[in-house]
Amino acid sequence: MIQLIINGQLQHFDATLSVAQLLESMTLKNKRIAIERNGQIVPRSEFGEQTLVNGDQLEIVIAVGGG
Amino acid sequence: MDTLIISDKSYSSRLLVGTGKYKDFTQTREAIDASGAQIITIAVRRTNIGQSPDEPNLLDLLPPSQYTLLPNTAGCFTADDAVRTLHLARELLDGHNLVKLEVLGDLKTLYPNILETIKAAKILVKEGFHLMVYTSDDPIIAKQLEEIGCVAIMPLASLIGTGMGILNPWNLQIIINNAKVPVIVDAGVGTASDATIAMELGCDGVLMNTAIAAAENPVLMASAMRKAVEAGREAFLAGRMAKQPYNASPSSPKNNVIASNKNKAA
Repeated sequence: MIQLIINGQLQHFDATLSVAQLLESMTLKNKRIAIERNGQIVPRSEFGEQTLVNGDQLEIVIAVGGG
Repeated sequence: MDTLIISDKSYSSRLLVGTGKYKDFTQTREAIDASGAQIITIAVRRTNIGQSPDEPNLLDLLPPSQYTLLPNTAGCFTADDAVRTLHLARELLDGHNLVKLEVLGDLKTLYPNILETIKAAKILVKEGFHLMVYTSDDPIIAKQLEEIGCVAIMPLASLIGTGMGILNPWNLQIIINNAKVPVIVDAGVGTASDATIAMELGCDGVLMNTAIAAAENPVLMASAMRKAVEAGREAFLAGRMAKQPYNASPSSPKNNVIASNKNKAA
């Protein structure tokens, strides 16, 4: 089991997974989002190949209304 | 044609608008259409992580092909958070590098933290971002931000979201006179005349959100702001008459007025 901190919330997963698999599990696949992993941007082209490890901190963001 | 040029791209509209505080996306869209704005600010926030998969997406409402989207760093209080936010924004918008930098000082005033703003600006300019930077109306700071390489200087008219109007036209005038990049008043505009005054001073544009979104009729206010910015710009270009204190001058001929003898000048 691994633990990830996603948008400030602790989340548990049964096994290691790629960024793409994570997005799929959160119904965020193909959504207009951007991801930071431990302070570094994860380019969209690397969603499939980057495997998340225990303790990773992720920020997943979207565009919202603002001034 | 009179255009606003930012980062080598020209715009016919000098009104820039935000997308916050609207009732819904329909109203957001209607207000933006009525404003005629071509540069639209957006914020970057954490998404829900699966709780509401059908949530509408602002980027579907505002296709980047149709508008110049200007992601901001609203809510950031440190240079580090602002830099991270803009890295995410650039990724979100497929490498888009024109952004609005704002680093705030405290929650009560939302006044810019200049030290953190300058720190972030230096990092981001080096990384190739084109920064439109929110700042105070301090002319020295405005010049320093320009020298760092910001592509537009955006001094406040008054505090964000207060609608208090232009509190220090004198400082804005110094900033405008000194600047070689566009100066855009950002924050504090409350109604149409505020926008016009900014443009009459010689500002290159006005950026607003709350003045439109918090009006009783946002779409009508968006239309008013469009005209106010255009009117102020034209008045600036036309060159206003010199003020003639206490020296009244009739617009109609002074002579050949029908009148009784007693009204004639001695």
